[in-house]
Amino acid sequence: MNTLAEQFSTTSALSKLKKTQALLEDEEMSDAMWGSQAGFGNVAQGSPSFAVPAVPDPSAFLRLHTDDRADPNCKIKIQHGTTTLAFRYQGGVIVAVDSRATAGSYVASGTVKKVIEINPYLLGTMAGGAADCQYWETYLGMHCRLHELRNRERISVSAASKYLSNLVYSYKGMGLSMGTMICGWDKTGPAIFYVDSDGTRLKGDLFSVGSGSTFAYGVLDQGYHWDMTDEDAQELGRRSIYAAGHRDAFSGNTCNLYHVKEDGWRFIGNYDLSKLHYDGPNNVPGAGYGYDIRIAGRASALQPAVAAAA
Amino acid sequence: MFDVQSVAHQGPQSRQFNPYTENGGTILAIAGADFSVIAGDTRQSEGYSIQTRYAPKVFQLTDKAVLAVNGFSADGKMFVKKVKQRLEWYRHAHAKDMPIRSIARLIQTMLYSRRFFPYYVYNILGGIEDDGTGSVYSFDPVGSYEREACRAAGAAQSLVQPFLDNQVYYKNQTAGQDESFPTHLPLPSVLKLVVDAFTSATERHIEVGDGLEIYVVLKRDSTAIQSMEGVQEVTTSEEGQRVFYIRRELKKD
Repeated sequence: MNTLAEQFSTTSALSKLKKTQALLEDEEMSDAMWGSQAGFGNVAQGSPSFAVPAVPDPSAFLRLHTDDRADPNCKIKIQHGTTTLAFRYQGGVIVAVDSRATAGSYVASGTVKKVIEINPYLLGTMAGGAADCQYWETYLGMHCRLHELRNRERISVSAASKYLSNLVYSYKGMGLSMGTMICGWDKTGPAIFYVDSDGTRLKGDLFSVGSGSTFAYGVLDQGYHWDMTDEDAQELGRRSIYAAGHRDAFSGNTCNLYHVKEDGWRFIGNYDLSKLHYDGPNNVPGAGYGYDIRIAGRASALQPAVAAAA
Repeated sequence: MFDVQSVAHQGPQSRQFNPYTENGGTILAIAGADFSVIAGDTRQSEGYSIQTRYAPKVFQLTDKAVLAVNGFSADGKMFVKKVKQRLEWYRHAHAKDMPIRSIARLIQTMLYSRRFFPYYVYNILGGIEDDGTGSVYSFDPVGSYEREACRAAGAAQSLVQPFLDNQVYYKNQTAGQDESFPTHLPLPSVLKLVVDAFTSATERHIEVGDGLEIYVVLKRDSTAIQSMEGVQEVTTSEEGQRVFYIRRELKKD
């Protein structure tokens, strides 16, 4: 009975996948593969199809082989771990992210671009599965362009985020993992939407996502004010990512900072978190964010003279 | 005789679908100003036994792109085969080779189309961009990718990558007074680094060894390779860039 219902229900991601798979097997190869469109083909024809293992529970299969948190010895390690944040204020939107990717406890990369430039007015952030975010936000970018061509106006941040949210919701339970903030500027002004692979979609002024988000929130909440200047807002974003990189082992390396204004986004800079610790954003030795500098010669820091005497 | 009785008395059995195995080995790629070096060892093993001492992991795709695959060799072979097929179709449709940035994106979509039944393959793509610069792209098994200057993957990734970070990116090194580190290394230094990385990895990792295959993709007008011993040109056409192949032995114990 259950399988019968599933066969005819359109919302079940699994049955949808099995149907597209069956289609694919009939045709062997889709026509789009012959062209230059890298397999995306004509996006208007619907979302791409996926191969699914012939087992009773494909998502359990996927979990068995790829979930490195449940089983550190699993073979396929998908890149994880992150701190990302975005906030709205008087001068637009600030987006700041770290650049570390981990596979288990190995630092797989320290130079990841976790801000995905969807188009000149839209940014997406990457937390969770790196491939899931990269792939679906690129895919979203193609649909945003189609929206522009069809409607002769840019897509709103709200519509773009809802498109993504509906898309990942159709794969719910299949093992996608993404926590993203879609940030941009549209008719209504600056906007941020939080979208994740559970299907959550929230509009808000301030979000932080990822393993280091609690640390970032700590700094962010106490420094945040709507009427900040641009310089103060950028500094707050940078300082929050630094704090997360400092306290969360799965975050670190560098901080990428973006500012969205009425005329679209602008890349502000890439900051080495170790340099921020010692020298600060302006590269002045001794002007770092580091705690050791603020407690030098005090608190529990052992004085060299005392240490030598002991 | 088959004992029907004892089978019936056994408790519930569970089986898992396990289509993957790990075949060891290591691959690496380093990009220079106008060249790219892609290398891999040739040992293939399963568990503690060596299956073969010569199983190529590095494949020439076009005259400007070389792909190295590591992980589960059956998946890797199939994946390379499919990438080559798609590149041939592209040649038929457009009468030119696919640019390397497009090959990178193609590999992403091909890997991601198996998001729910992944290829157990770590890919590194090296070659020359349309603007003539050397490039390296690295991928995770489900298709997230990034352009980098150097990357190691596979069994000895955690031994080789820190060495490369130090020698290519000069990580944790401080330049002396009035000195600065070069942004790009010359080809002879890169080749030395590659050989050293693999001889060292062979010493300390049981799944690495036997042989080393190095491909060099060189911008056509570059003069970097002229008098090097044991270098074989494997370029397939007069247009595009030039590709060279170097073979070295590694320890076999």
